[in-house]
Amino acid sequence: MVPLNYYLILSAVVFAIGVIGVLIRRNLIVVLMSIELMLNAVNLTFIAFSRYLGSTDGQVAVFFVMAVAAAEAVIGLAIIISAFRHHQSLDPQEMQSLKW
Amino acid sequence: MNIANFIFYLLAALLVISSLLVVFLRNVVHCAMALVTSLLLIAVLFVTLQAPMVGVLQVMVYAGAIMVLFLFVIMFLNPNALEPQRGGVWWGFATFLSLMLGGALIAFFTQEESAADPVAATELFGSPETLAKSLFSDFVLPFEIASVLLLVAIIGAVVLAKREH
Repeated sequence: MVPLNYYLILSAVVFAIGVIGVLIRRNLIVVLMSIELMLNAVNLTFIAFSRYLGSTDGQVAVFFVMAVAAAEAVIGLAIIISAFRHHQSLDPQEMQSLKW
Repeated sequence: MNIANFIFYLLAALLVISSLLVVFLRNVVHCAMALVTSLLLIAVLFVTLQAPMVGVLQVMVYAGAIMVLFLFVIMFLNPNALEPQRGGVWWGFATFLSLMLGGALIAFFTQEESAADPVAATELFGSPETLAKSLFSDFVLPFEIASVLLLVAIIGAVVLAKREH
């Protein structure tokens, strides 16, 4: 059986890659995708701990993370659509004003 | 090296590669495809960790519903112009910050040797029955709150994406 550390290191690496995506990309859709990647890295940690501690609580936590991630994706994409209507651009640097 | 380790290393290598592709590919649709690949690989990792129910949900909810929504929005907005790239200074700064974060997490996780032998899992571990028992007894209040959250998200999405008159 693979030690728990390996799963934790793998999810840390994937989380760091997601952070790079949020920081360097200039396309709002890809930024949202990188956030989904980070959420999945955390889910992997939850499942690994649930397996190695022999408790299903971690798996239930992943359910809730999935529900929140679905809500976040829906609202985020709706905001992206309405922002694109105003700016005709997906660049987050264009969005500097709170009001038009 | 036994078969379990080999499968883990294979999945881990593919997962890191596809995550890097999500971040570094220029075309948005290609990024979405790479994200689907990494979500499916994470689902396989869930199955290897004896969480088959969560793995199936991962495939259906993430790789199915959420990614279809992403692709729908990409096709709907059709951003034909390639995105402008960040300047070199900011790029280096962001990569440095992320490497620091990843390094700190890895150093924290490798501080002590973890047990290679997990608690022996019963046959029912991770099955829908045990998950449902836990979800509807210990976590029933968060479950109800999650349903309200999804309702709010539906209404919010309709209001936000509606065309203004």
